[in-house]
Amino acid sequence: MTDDTRTEPPAAVAPDLTPADLERLYHYMLLQRLAEERVVKLYQTGQIVGACFTGWGHEAIAVGAAAALGPDDVAATLHRDLGARLVLGMPLGYYFANFLGRTGSPTRGREGNLHIGGLGPRILLHTDFVGGNVPIAAGAALGFTVRKEPRVAMANFGEGTLATGEFHEAVNMAAVLRLPLVLVCWNNQFALSTPLAREVVGPLDVRMAAYGVESCSVDGNDVLAVYRAARDAVSCARTGGGPSFIEGRTMRVRGHSEADDASYVPRAMIEEGRRRDPVERFARHLAETGAATAARLDEMRAQALAEVDEAQAWAEASPPPDPAELEHGVYCEAAPWP
Amino acid sequence: MTYLEAIADGLRHAMRADASVILFGEDVGVYGGAFKLSKGFLEEFGPSRVIDTPICEAAIVGTAVGAALVGLRPVVEMQFADFISNAFTQVVNAAATSAYRAGGCVPMVVRAPCGAGTHGGPFHSQSIEGYFFHTPGLKIVMPSTPADAKGLILGAIADPNPVLYLEHKALYRSQRGPVEDGLTIEPLGRATVRRAGRDLTLLTYGMMAHRSLEAAERAAAGGIETEVIDLRTLLPLDLDTIAESVARTSRALIVHEDRLRGGIGAEIAAHLGEHLFTSLDAPIARIGAPDTPVPYAPPLETAYLPSVDRIYDAITRLARW
Repeated sequence: MTDDTRTEPPAAVAPDLTPADLERLYHYMLLQRLAEERVVKLYQTGQIVGACFTGWGHEAIAVGAAAALGPDDVAATLHRDLGARLVLGMPLGYYFANFLGRTGSPTRGREGNLHIGGLGPRILLHTDFVGGNVPIAAGAALGFTVRKEPRVAMANFGEGTLATGEFHEAVNMAAVLRLPLVLVCWNNQFALSTPLAREVVGPLDVRMAAYGVESCSVDGNDVLAVYRAARDAVSCARTGGGPSFIEGRTMRVRGHSEADDASYVPRAMIEEGRRRDPVERFARHLAETGAATAARLDEMRAQALAEVDEAQAWAEASPPPDPAELEHGVYCEAAPWP
Repeated sequence: MTYLEAIADGLRHAMRADASVILFGEDVGVYGGAFKLSKGFLEEFGPSRVIDTPICEAAIVGTAVGAALVGLRPVVEMQFADFISNAFTQVVNAAATSAYRAGGCVPMVVRAPCGAGTHGGPFHSQSIEGYFFHTPGLKIVMPSTPADAKGLILGAIADPNPVLYLEHKALYRSQRGPVEDGLTIEPLGRATVRRAGRDLTLLTYGMMAHRSLEAAERAAAGGIETEVIDLRTLLPLDLDTIAESVARTSRALIVHEDRLRGGIGAEIAAHLGEHLFTSLDAPIARIGAPDTPVPYAPPLETAYLPSVDRIYDAITRLARW
């Protein structure tokens, strides 16, 4: 299904995905798209008071990379990676509850939009400093190494992150210590209004190879290409090969947030990005290869829409936080040690 | 046992008791730490638990956060407390907000050798507690004696929250004292009375606890009995112990090495003014460093640090008010 080939990972083997696996990938991509469509509507009708970010057009990276993780692996997350979180087990209701500031979300209204971390053992603490999430992912990888557990940590971040000091420190340290870390860079061409050329000079995968990490660049709108690259990286990390870097080339087809009209982005780039829409492309691929019939795709869409309706209704039924809770939970309660 | 040996003893006991306690930072392994505090740790616990890192304070603290989130109890060393400014966001934004934002508990200890008096100049002498005292979700401790150095490092490791453990470099080898064997955990959040007295309450911590005690003894020769309270945990403050003493003596003097402006003494003074105004017989007094970076040359550094003479003068002035 690839329509953008630059430096595919070398000798990628067949994905070995069953029809059920392919449907699973499509389901989560569709779920992200439909849930985000709904949240944008809620934002536009004034029901979301804070900022509204989406990962529109990035569903292939979100889902493809996370789907390569094993059941005990963890990820540091991004404000656009709803699909990844759903793959990792986050209930969709949390997404709506967090946007609406309801107590149904684990943050109980203390955080907005997709800033939900600490979900069981699989989704690491989320902060708004995306570069700062990379050392946290490296720390989880360090923890697995100390305990000699065959587990892997993944970090999702945008290309703007490559300009930050913490990203550099974390990747350098992870390379030196050969930590089981998979770095997934969502190169969507813009950091708010700053274009790639003003963020980083030179190809990202070439730069990252100089850190001493395995590095590749794939079409980030091709879920199978992302999955294959991530599967190789996860396998490399799990078998002691150290960290890997994957650039997923994509395009931010909406504003930085829904408050941003992206008027500074050349129209042609947005139109090209929309033409390469990862959700539609994968649906086409499934139909063309006979992996799913048109009727099955319609059925899956209806099912995903029902999940979105249910999640939204669950969140709306969840009460807003009581102001009496304001000062609760600043510290963790003491647990006996050792 | 010296103050430095007591910290190492506590750390060693923690690492023997629980394999999830690990130590990492710059030069902590092969070299044994810039102050040789972790000498022998690499040999005893091995390279998977005593880890030399590159020079990267933000990544050191950030990886500690990540390791804590997956169930370890990391202890990381800032080679000098001054260097923690490079890791500020990881402490205040990642570690300290985690519990409140439902991100999970971060049982992490950041050890930071701090303080002036060792001719380290502006970047190897700082008191950093003021920068972090404003941060919800963080705990800050600073022992003044070997027994507390051990008890509080164990208390910091035992605590399920991120803890900034400030160890004063000038006390490392100058302070010796009895230290109990074993896992002697001192829970965080409790001040202690170092010297009982009826005439005024002196609130202090760290190196200034020793200068304050010396000044208090000198004042006692003139009949002034000073109650010296060692705060030990700076965040959260033990306001009950502070208030109980000040309500009894009616006079409060706060002595710290950190700068006065916006400092911990300012917060204590405000608290006493708000809650014990009618108990006070004199204005609250504070002694601290001036609003300058920490200077290098001995005449300047000596003038920068609150001296026993200055503390003694403040005690006598306050007692006679």
